[in-house]
Order: sequence, then structure tokens, then C-alpha cells
Amino acid sequence: MRFGVVRFPGSNCDQDAVRALQYLGYRADFLWHQETSLAGFDAIVLPGGFSYGDYLRSGAIARFSPIMDAVIEEAGKGLPVIGICNGFQVLCEAGLLPGALVRNKGLKFICKPTPLRVEKSVCQWLDLAPGTVVEIPVAHNEGSYYADPKTLAELNATGRVVVRYCNPDGSIVPGETAPNGSVDDIAGICNEAGNVFGLMPHPERVTDGVNGSRVGGAFFTAIAKHAAARA
Amino acid sequence: MASTSANPNEPERSEHMVVSNAASLTAANEPAPVGTPTLLTEEEAPRIAQELGLTLDEYRMVCDCQGRIPSLTELTIYSLMWSEHCGYKHSKNELAKFPTKGPDVLQGPGENAGVIRLGEGWALSFKAESHNHPSAIEPYQGAATGVGGIVRDIFAMGARPTASLNSLRFGKLSKPRQRYLLDGAVAGIGGYGNCLGVPTVGGEIYFDDCYEGNCLIDVMCCGLMREEDLQTGAGAGPGNHLVLMGSTTGRDGIGGASTLASQEFDEAAENKRPAVQVGDPFEEKLLVEVCLELLHRGLFVSLGDLGAAGISSAASEMASSGGVGLDIEVDKVPQREPEMTPAEIMASESQERMLAIVTPENLDAVKECCKRWGVLCTVIGEVTDTRRFVIREHGEIVADIPAAKLASDAPRYSPAYTRPGYLDELQAFDPKGLEHPRHREGLEKALMALMAEPNIASKRWIFEQYDYQVQDDTAVVPGKADACVMRVGDPGRGPVTNLGVAMTTDCNSRYCHIDPRAGAKIALVEAARNVACVGAKPTAITNCLNFGNPDKPEVFYVFREAVEGLAEACREMETPVTGGNVSLYNESFGVAIWPTPMVGMVGKLDDYRAHATMDFKHEGDIIAILGETKDELGGSQYLATCHNVTGGTVPEVNFELERTVEAAILRLIREGYVKSAHDCSEGGLAACLAESCIAGGLGCVVNLSDTLEPAASLFSETQSRIVFTLDPDDADAVSDILDEMGVPYDGLGRVAGNDIVISDEHGELLVDLPVAEVADVYDHSIERLLQGGGSDGADGVAENDIADEVPMV
Repeated sequence: MRFGVVRFPGSNCDQDAVRALQYLGYRADFLWHQETSLAGFDAIVLPGGFSYGDYLRSGAIARFSPIMDAVIEEAGKGLPVIGICNGFQVLCEAGLLPGALVRNKGLKFICKPTPLRVEKSVCQWLDLAPGTVVEIPVAHNEGSYYADPKTLAELNATGRVVVRYCNPDGSIVPGETAPNGSVDDIAGICNEAGNVFGLMPHPERVTDGVNGSRVGGAFFTAIAKHAAARA
Repeated sequence: MASTSANPNEPERSEHMVVSNAASLTAANEPAPVGTPTLLTEEEAPRIAQELGLTLDEYRMVCDCQGRIPSLTELTIYSLMWSEHCGYKHSKNELAKFPTKGPDVLQGPGENAGVIRLGEGWALSFKAESHNHPSAIEPYQGAATGVGGIVRDIFAMGARPTASLNSLRFGKLSKPRQRYLLDGAVAGIGGYGNCLGVPTVGGEIYFDDCYEGNCLIDVMCCGLMREEDLQTGAGAGPGNHLVLMGSTTGRDGIGGASTLASQEFDEAAENKRPAVQVGDPFEEKLLVEVCLELLHRGLFVSLGDLGAAGISSAASEMASSGGVGLDIEVDKVPQREPEMTPAEIMASESQERMLAIVTPENLDAVKECCKRWGVLCTVIGEVTDTRRFVIREHGEIVADIPAAKLASDAPRYSPAYTRPGYLDELQAFDPKGLEHPRHREGLEKALMALMAEPNIASKRWIFEQYDYQVQDDTAVVPGKADACVMRVGDPGRGPVTNLGVAMTTDCNSRYCHIDPRAGAKIALVEAARNVACVGAKPTAITNCLNFGNPDKPEVFYVFREAVEGLAEACREMETPVTGGNVSLYNESFGVAIWPTPMVGMVGKLDDYRAHATMDFKHEGDIIAILGETKDELGGSQYLATCHNVTGGTVPEVNFELERTVEAAILRLIREGYVKSAHDCSEGGLAACLAESCIAGGLGCVVNLSDTLEPAASLFSETQSRIVFTLDPDDADAVSDILDEMGVPYDGLGRVAGNDIVISDEHGELLVDLPVAEVADVYDHSIERLLQGGGSDGADGVAENDIADEVPMV
């Protein structure tokens, strides 16, 4: 199982992702944003960070990097792709996922552990049963998910909402629970096929146990089975 | 007792301002001039010198060094290099009093940053720097570029920046402008560090009126490196290229060092806004990657960062420390503005620039790497054997300076000093004269007021705006313990280890105001205790010495006292100083800030997993205290918050006791007996217990055995105390160890229920408050103050000061 972690100028969670995946026993290598081929990789990670400084709209410039054409093409053929934080923003900008990430409610950067509730979804990436609550840190300034009502209805109807922000007991007070103001308290979504997954929280930061938690591993282990099935 | 009078070995005052050139080069090895630029006229030169911030004496010294009247470019370079900010002319003689050597010190003061040995081939580079003056004018950019500057110092040493901390001081939050400054500074620190991907893992903040016109923004950065990667900024190898990397050069920040950081504030402060630089964290991120890749590939002869005084400082330091000359062609420097003069280019403090010396054969490889990362890279000059610092424009020489003189011949002052009368008044105050609460109602009221006090209350509102986990090595996050703990293992280089390093910053300037010598000692021992409380051995420090105008004898007396107190404490605790900075002229409208010698302490852990945090863990655990509580309310937060008084005798520092207490907690943590540990500081034992209860979401039942007045036993800020918890089954083993080590200790009670219950030696109830109630006040106090509500401290009723009303950013 070999993961490719894309390095855009300004990515700063790229090394964290590689380290987490290696801790889980997978091979993980960097992919420079100017590469044009994904040959030899079983899954792709678009890591967190501030690609190109995010001085424009987050991810708006990174989506034009040469490697994104290959990512879009291979994702269409079923290659597993996960976008974490800035990576999620890039996936939305690239049109691989619907909607957009806008400034947090309160207009401040938010860094804190956040309980997430796993929803019943078609996502291939999660090794967690629907209803499970896991605490994953968020760290973003533009993490408030927005999509128009029609898209939201579609996401919900087709099992494409993967994780929602919730209270520690799994309950959700609509419109209040998401720390960043995300519509429908959405923390992560996937595409129709379930191979492309984007989320704002950082599972790679709670994978190797440096801070006592390893719950993030379950966000990467399931995909290995799917990748094996594809091969 | 703590020294309440001047050091007996020192005179109370010194009359004469001594001006001296440090060891001047003898004419024998005087490097010969390369050429002669167009000189200023005898009439204009002295006037321009003064406009540039030099005194007439200093101007004459410039002429001596040059052996003639200087050119405008030469005069500009001297004025920057001899400014207080770069030349430390008032403080150098005092700074020489710090111990700077130790078994773990790989690099002491003098380079961009200090470096200590961590083990397994790993080393830590760390340094703190203040960015007070720019931040007081433009808080977001001032604070942001403060982070950028100190980060460059760290990777210039060859280390990957892996953690940053900050020590902040503002006026009371009841004032709108202070809320604006805090909001802007925190946003600036976060905005830069978060984008750069360097976790902001800790720090401290205090609010007091003395900082109203002059906030303090001290930023500390730490970086990991392999020992063999240690770089120096010394230039070498005539014929080698001088390469400028990073941003273009503009007129931003011109004179920042001389006119901003080295003068007091007055009505004209706002006009200095253009002297504040603007940060570009994305460019800095690219520079970090480029520089680390190139120096790991061994493609640099030396590397230096462009900070205060821009190219002038970076290049002339390379030349003087390397004993070589440099020939710079300013027109080669990529400029972002038209028609910049050589003086402007040399003085510009445009951010995100690095200077490297590269051999001709490595130049192409350097250019390729910069191109790949999209970083500008230009050869702007070359190393010569002339030992002259030569600047040319279109081939014409505009400056020709003996390189060594810029550094070695900078003026050194021994300013006059006088013991300020106010010290005696402050120290003469006796808290016993006050009416102290003796019973539950009053004591609970006092405790609630202290927990709401911004100096004590949770800093959550601040640290949640910082990415404190990026790079995935943060083992203990902010708000969980007295110091942060980081795992050692440079991302992308070498294996991750189980070694750990702890970091913290500390300075209670209220103590320093009352007794600068004792206050500085307390800053050091508290920082050491904080690091020990997480299980790390205090190893070395950096510092930011923030004081007023050194030309005022009373201010300089206080500066000397603090430096000597800090130096003594560093020797006693065996934590040498490996670097830091001095920020003087922190005055507005003639009033100086409280002396604030901030200490940035780092400590080593053999295993980062063997650490302690402050939260109570389990019902039934025994709560115990190391050290003894004494009647020491002097200088306490309790006096300030509940009586609006600053004065009295500050707590005593007993180094012997401090060493034993720290050794004891370290051993107990290592041997796995400690379930929680927390230093007793502002707010005393009561606040310490409350914080551990809140952090753990558990109550406590405590019986105090001391025989002090209730207020004293609850709120005294006696030093050398640590509250820790242990499993009842370990009680005997722990007592045996503590008896064997001869540490004073006492059992306080148990972790139990959901209330904070404290009673005195007769069993009389002093405090009985629900943890949730105290937590609500503690967790949200700063937030509520920022929303304009609430009050901070005794005089917290929002003052009507529309005058300095400024819209929140």
C-alpha cells in the first residue's frame, strides 16, 4: 500500500501525514505539485497547510498546480483521494467535491480538539461504524462548510456527509455545534463513489499517539482494503 | 529574605556617564581603504548624524573610525549598527555578568541564536526577541514580523523551527485600545505562525496599567537540528559569492532599529507607522525549506538572516566575525520601489530575506533549488581579503568601512545610576495593615475575583487562535501544564526519538517593580519550576530584558539590579544564558514600564512520555505539597486584585530549597509516582488547587495545617512550592523518597467530589465552591472582558477614554 502526499508550496502538514501513514505501516512518499503522473500510488493525500499562503481564497491557486489534472483524472477512475483541511479546500476549488469553505463564524482561527460523529455514508476511507464519536483536532481559519440547499439535500440523500461536528455525547444542536459555523454541522463529505473524501479536522494529528490519542488511524486504514480490492 | 536594598557590594549611585570605544584596532593592522566615496560636508555631516539618531560624540567616533568625514551611506550604516537595538551600547557591560557556559551549551550568545545538546545527536536552537515598539504602533504586523524575525534566527543556525512561544504585556482590558492591541497582536502571531506551520505552544500574558502606552511582544522560537548541522554567520573565502535570497527590498522598516526601537514614544509615535515592516509568512515558509535543503546539502559557507538594520547588519557581521571584507553592489539588490538610494537599500528592513555565502562551484545548485521553490536568489557581491566593508552603486564606491570597527568599536556606555526612592516606599508597605477576609464568604469572594483576574484566568481565548499541534510533535498542549512538552525528532530528518524538550516563559513584573533584583530571581526560579513540573530538567535560558530609558539613572539602576539578580539565579540553578535581547526605551510620555526581564526556559526530558500535567486525575488520589507556605502576601496578585495595592516584601527565594524541591518532583515524575503536578504562583495555593480541579473536572477536599491567617495561607505567593497528586498505594514509597531527599512536604487532602473544599487547621471551612462555578469564571473571563463586559482587577470598571478609542480589527 503506497500513499502519495502532495506537496504544494505552503503545505505544512505534509510531513505529519507521511509520518502518520508510516506509523500505520504504509509506504508514504511526497509528490511535488509539479508532477504530472500518479503512477505507482494507491491513494493520494492532499495535506493541510496554507498553499501559496492562502492569500487569495484557500486552495484557489493550488488547484491549478499541474498535479491536480492527474488527481482529477485518476479520482474519476476510482483512485482514493483524501483532502485534509487545506486539502479539503483544494478538492472543493478543483470541483472534486461540491460546496466551499468560508471564514469561520467569529472570524478567528480555531485550534482545538473537536468531537465528530460518524454518519452513515458511502465513504471508503472510514473504518468506523455510523454513530461512533471520535475527538479530532481542528486548526483552521476558513473551515466553515457551505453548500446551497439543493446540494445539501443531495449530499444527505446520497450518504455523502461523512462526519459532523457534535457534542461529546454525539448529540448535535443544528447550527450551534459546529465551532466554525459549518452549514448542517458538516465536518467532512465525499463524492458519489465514496473514493474522494474531504474534511477539515486533522486525523493525522491523533494517529501515532504523541499526544496520547490514536483515534485518527481509523481514517486511513479502511482505504487500504479498498485499494487492495481495486488492484 | 529577598534583597530589599541595593546589593551591598555595589555603590548606591554612580555619577559619571562613561563613554568608551571597546578595544580599538591598532594602526598596525588597520586595513587600507579601497577607495573614497563622495563625502558629506563638514557642515551637514554632524546634523545628519543627529537626524540618524547618533550623538555628536558618536559622530566624532565615526570620523575616528573612518579617519575622515563619512559619506551619507557610511553614516547611515554606522547609525544603524551603533543604535541601541543593534549595538547594545548601554547594556553590553551589564550583559557580560550572565553565565553563558554549561555542559550542554553548544553555542552561547553572539550568533543568531543559542544551541544546546539534547542527546542522540539532536540539538535545540532557541532564542527570544522583543518586538515591542512596532507592535505598539501596528499590533498585527508588529507581532507577525516579530515571529518572522525570530524564526529566521533559528533556521539561520541550521535548525528547523519546531515551536514558538510568546510573552505578552498590555494595559487593562477595560480600555478599548488595549483590547484592540491584544486582538491585533494575537491575530498577528497566529496569522504568521499558523501559515508558516510552526506550532505556537506556550507563553504567558499579564495586564497592567504600566503597559498601556507600551505593550510588550516578546516572541521565542525553538528549532531542532542535528549537532553536525550547526551553522555560523562568519564569512569566509575571498572570491566566494554573497547571495541574497527571498523577498525584494523596499523602503519598509527603514530606521526601525535606530528611530523606533531605540527611542521613547510621544505624540509623534503614530507618524512612525511607516517604520513598521509587513510580514509574508508564505515567503518565509519557502525560505525555511530552501535554506534547510541547501545547508543539509552542504551548499552554504555561511548563512545569516536580515533583521534589524537589514543588509547593513547581516553583511557587516559576516565580514567582521569572519575577519574578511565584503564588496556589495547595491544596484544588484532586487528592489520593489524605484530610485532607492544606497543608504535606503542598506537600511531597509524588508522581511523574509536571508544572506548566504556560496562558493562559485555551488552557485548553480543553489540557484536551481531556489528556482524550484520559487524563491528569488541574487548574487549581490563577493567576499574579499580587504577586511573592508565596501558598497558600490553603478561601480562607484559609496561606502568603504573597516568591517571590524562597525562591530568592535561600537560605543559602550556605563550610564549613571541611582536607586529610585519609590523602591523603599513600595517595600516599606506592610500588608498586615489591611483588612483581610477571615471567613468563608470573604475568602470565596477573593478567590472568585482572583480566578477572574486576567493575569490568572484561562488563556484559552488566546491559544485557541494558535495552531499548537502542526508538525505533530506537541505532547503537552497549552492550558494543560506549567510548560509545554515537545517530542524530539526533526520532521523529515532522522528518526523520531522518545527524547523530549519542555519550554516556558516567565516574568512577574510586579515583583520586579517592587524589587528588581529579587523579582528577576523569582522569574528564573519560577520558569525552572514550571519546566520541572512537567518532568524536564531545567537546562538553559534565553531572555528579553524590557526596560525604560537607560539614560535615566533610576531606570538604569533598576536594569543593573535585575541583570545581577537574574545572573545570580542562573548560576545558582545552573541554567546558563545562551542568547536573548534587550529592549530599552519602553516608555511613553516619559513613564517607564515596570521592569520586565522575561525568561525563556528550556528543559530536557529523557522520555517525553514520562511527563506530568496539572489536571487532577482520579477520585481518591492524595493531594500533597512540596515546600512550605509562609506569610508572604507582599507583591501578590491578591493584594493587587482585592486591595488594589502593589507593594510589600516580595516572596523570598531560597535557592537551596528550590533545587531540592525541583529535584524531588523530577525524581517522583521519572519514577512514575506523580499523577498531576502544578506550580504554586499567582493567586497562591488556593488558585493552584482551583486550576488543577478545573483542568481535571474534579473537586478536592483539603485541610490546611499551617497556622497562618486564612488570607495568607490561601493567597501567599511563597516560592518553591509544587502541588502534586499520587495514588494512595504509593504514599509510603513517596514519603520515603521525600524524607530521604530532605524535602519539606505535607499531605493536603484528597481529590474528591465536584467542589473545591478547603478548611483550616481547626477544620473551619474557608472555601466551598462548585468546580463548575469557578471554571465558568476562569474559562471565560478574558473573552468577556474583550466583549467589553466584566472588569479586570480592582479598578476594572471600564474607564471612559474615548480619546484612544480605536476600532477592533
